[in-house]
Amino acid sequence: MRLSRRIWGKVVHVLVITVFTVLLAFPFYWMVITSFKQNVDLYTMENNPFVFNAKPTLDHLKFLFTETRFVRWLANTTFVGIVVVAITLVLAVPAAYSLARLSGRWGERLGIAIFLTYLVPQTLLFIPLSRVVAYLGLQDSLWALILVYPSFTVPFSIWLLMGFFKSIPKELEDAAMVDGLTRFGAFAKMVIPISTSGILTVVIFTFTLVTQEFVYALTFISSESNQMIGTGIPIFLVRGDVYYWGALMAACLIASLPIAFLYNLFLDRFIAGFTVGAVK
Amino acid sequence: MAIGRAKIKSVGAAQSPLLGAAMFTPAVLYILLLVAGPFFLAIFYAFSDARIGNTEMHYVGLENFRSILKSPSFRIAIRNSFIFTICSQIVVIVGANILAIALEKTFRGRGFIRFLILLPWVAPIALGAIGWKWILDSIYSVISWVLVALHFYKPFNAPMWLGEPHLAIASVLLVHSWRLMPFSTVILLAGRTAIPKDIPEAAAVDGAGFWRTQFQIIIPMMRPILSVAVLFGLIFTFTDMTVVYILTAGGPFDSTQTLPSLAFAMGIQGSDLAAGAAISLFLVPLLIIIAYFMLRVAHRAEVN
Amino acid sequence: MAVVETRSLTKVFKEGELGAVNSVNLETREGEFLVFLGPSGSGKTTLLRMIAGLETPTSGEILIGGRVVNELSPRDRRIAMVFQSYALYPHLSVYKNIAFPLKAQKVKKDLHKQKVEWAASLLGIGALLDRKPRELSGGERQRVALARAIVREPAVFLLDEPLSNLDAKLRASAREELERFHRRVGTTTIYVTHDQVEAMAMGDRVLVLNKGVVHQLGTPTEVYDNPADTFVATFLGSPPMNLAELSDVIVGFRPEHFRPVSSVNGEAVAFRFKVENIEYLGSEWIVSGTPASGKLGGQKVFSRLNSAQDLSLGGTYDFAVPQRELKFFDRSTEKRVEPKVVSWQ
Repeated sequence: MRLSRRIWGKVVHVLVITVFTVLLAFPFYWMVITSFKQNVDLYTMENNPFVFNAKPTLDHLKFLFTETRFVRWLANTTFVGIVVVAITLVLAVPAAYSLARLSGRWGERLGIAIFLTYLVPQTLLFIPLSRVVAYLGLQDSLWALILVYPSFTVPFSIWLLMGFFKSIPKELEDAAMVDGLTRFGAFAKMVIPISTSGILTVVIFTFTLVTQEFVYALTFISSESNQMIGTGIPIFLVRGDVYYWGALMAACLIASLPIAFLYNLFLDRFIAGFTVGAVK
Repeated sequence: MAIGRAKIKSVGAAQSPLLGAAMFTPAVLYILLLVAGPFFLAIFYAFSDARIGNTEMHYVGLENFRSILKSPSFRIAIRNSFIFTICSQIVVIVGANILAIALEKTFRGRGFIRFLILLPWVAPIALGAIGWKWILDSIYSVISWVLVALHFYKPFNAPMWLGEPHLAIASVLLVHSWRLMPFSTVILLAGRTAIPKDIPEAAAVDGAGFWRTQFQIIIPMMRPILSVAVLFGLIFTFTDMTVVYILTAGGPFDSTQTLPSLAFAMGIQGSDLAAGAAISLFLVPLLIIIAYFMLRVAHRAEVN
Repeated sequence: MAVVETRSLTKVFKEGELGAVNSVNLETREGEFLVFLGPSGSGKTTLLRMIAGLETPTSGEILIGGRVVNELSPRDRRIAMVFQSYALYPHLSVYKNIAFPLKAQKVKKDLHKQKVEWAASLLGIGALLDRKPRELSGGERQRVALARAIVREPAVFLLDEPLSNLDAKLRASAREELERFHRRVGTTTIYVTHDQVEAMAMGDRVLVLNKGVVHQLGTPTEVYDNPADTFVATFLGSPPMNLAELSDVIVGFRPEHFRPVSSVNGEAVAFRFKVENIEYLGSEWIVSGTPASGKLGGQKVFSRLNSAQDLSLGGTYDFAVPQRELKFFDRSTEKRVEPKVVSWQ
């Protein structure tokens, strides 16, 4: 409370925030700087890397969009993302609702079991799955990813949606049924429309998970034109030992920011999903 | 009469186990098929001599495990997996607690700061890791440039961050901590905001200063949420191969190999599916322990 | 020297936020039980929190024991506070909860046990020391919170609506317990509530606040019988004081003084009263209706009676108010003024 203490507190507060923000955001700041620097600037060791020693340039962006398959990877990722979102919704929404409402205590247990499968990592399953994918003739096909991605998007989505459905008062559905809807009708015509924000969360979450996935995409996809952004950028923007750092950083930035932005909008709901009721 | 009928209908409709089962069965089947199935297949492969490009398979007993345990890269990998997981968790929990305290107060621009702080977690990790690869470049590293400018090193003499085993391990550790810090921070922040404001105020009136309030009241009260952050952090780091794969691909000389990255190197790149499957099975014991603790946290939360 | 004193204490909030406090001057008396009474958003809690040091005043001074404490943190003010939720530390046992202030104030370790046991026995919770807060009933929690407050022997107790979390049945006994506790320890106590019954029953004096402004400070009888303005007149009492605007004054009278003319002695104002509603509350009756022939501008008035059995709905009766029970308020300032002669049309 004393004045000097209060000022000290403020100074420490600003200091902590600044240091952490700089540490955490620095790589992205560095992507921005690198993306617009000419090669002569980037690859001269004596140059101060924090400033533009030569005029900023759009060459790396031009290179990225014209000389590489970057746009194709963006399209691949969007396509896989959309299909996986659709599959996830079809599987997770009814499952979550039925586990939240219809099966009582047993449903809760099953819900936790499904959540635990979210913890089974890709790095445990990618070896047998590579064989399954080969057996199905899906090697180097985006359909391989579309097949396996729901295995981790569905469990977490069910978990998120269960919490959401539980917060809808049961009386609402009872009223709908008293007014003449069937059980399923109450779900389809009452619950779904008032759950749009929960469902939207799942859409965003699933999409970001798809864009962030690396192991399966690396294992199942081999040709350059079938890559997702997460694998295409680090593997195919490197020719032999030559790194096109300007283009690489531009690609990272362009691919990261929209995902980061979307995720950020829905962050609080994801956190609610992770905290498993440990917060009251 | 009308009321009576409505009641009967409601009760009848609420208990429709068939409809309930029909609604969750597809999802459960999908998950069983694509999670449980491959999991047992992995166990099966680990006891076989399965290779890519060879459809025949034989039971070989513990042969894979025997040869893995003899291999020095496996020993390094398992050691690294634990080093990366535990050390990064320590860094993350200390950092995240500090950052969560700082972010708890409202201040101008907090939303934007939060966005910046979250970037490492929300951006695809493969891309974040490339950013670091450039920052830690053997020649053009900005860190090296700063150290040279400050005369810690002579020009052209700065260390190769990703080229020397110890520095490479430290670099991977750094990137893991960097990546997880935002995640733990927002979880802890959620825990902090869930504590009623009365509690720290009562502590202040009772005579406790900042540190006593934090260490004797707030942090002990956040134990469940803290364990959630730690448990997820452990899983995410322990099972990750992206950071290592992109930064060092396990090198130099397998010195940064982890269980997942070694499984990939042997199983996919080396075509020895059986060995890869056997290596990845070493992830399972820790996963089971973590799952056990997670259930305990969930159960406790339910009881209280 | 007053235990707690405030001088022009003011707290300004951003627009739209409730609870501002406007230039409050206040002096507690040694050992008294002072109640801050007001509706929600009246600033009573803000006032208490400023005294506690949990809220920084915009301007004005707070003195505790004659010393200006504006710049002191809560821990240095020699206060103890009981929160609305009790704010017990959920992870600590009752013993550790009570011992926490001792630990925090760096009281010598070997004194802890003795002091905790003294506080616990004072409140009769000696048997609960090993329990965790979640294993306690609402009443037990209140006692633990009081024990935690008393243990370091503060100069003043601050209580923020400590009874509002209890159910109605428990509230009466908890209230009694608080009164007994205060009589025993004799420490100056400031008690915040929005419940006029609590305020009247417990307070040595009551400070009536609304919109951050002090309307009256006085004993319960003073504020009830001699309200300083129309706000106090209507905030206290249920049903509230009947008010009627007559030319340049407002005239008020309590429902219990508005009775059938036969039971009113001495000089009185009488008018015909049409009964429109009768409520039976067990020990009393609340009768409401409008004065006939446009008296009091046809406004609804309440009467509180011991018996209304001879009244019937829709009937018209002769009622009266004793002259001495009429209170007069200025029409523009709404403040109390001297009795004057008015025309009752």
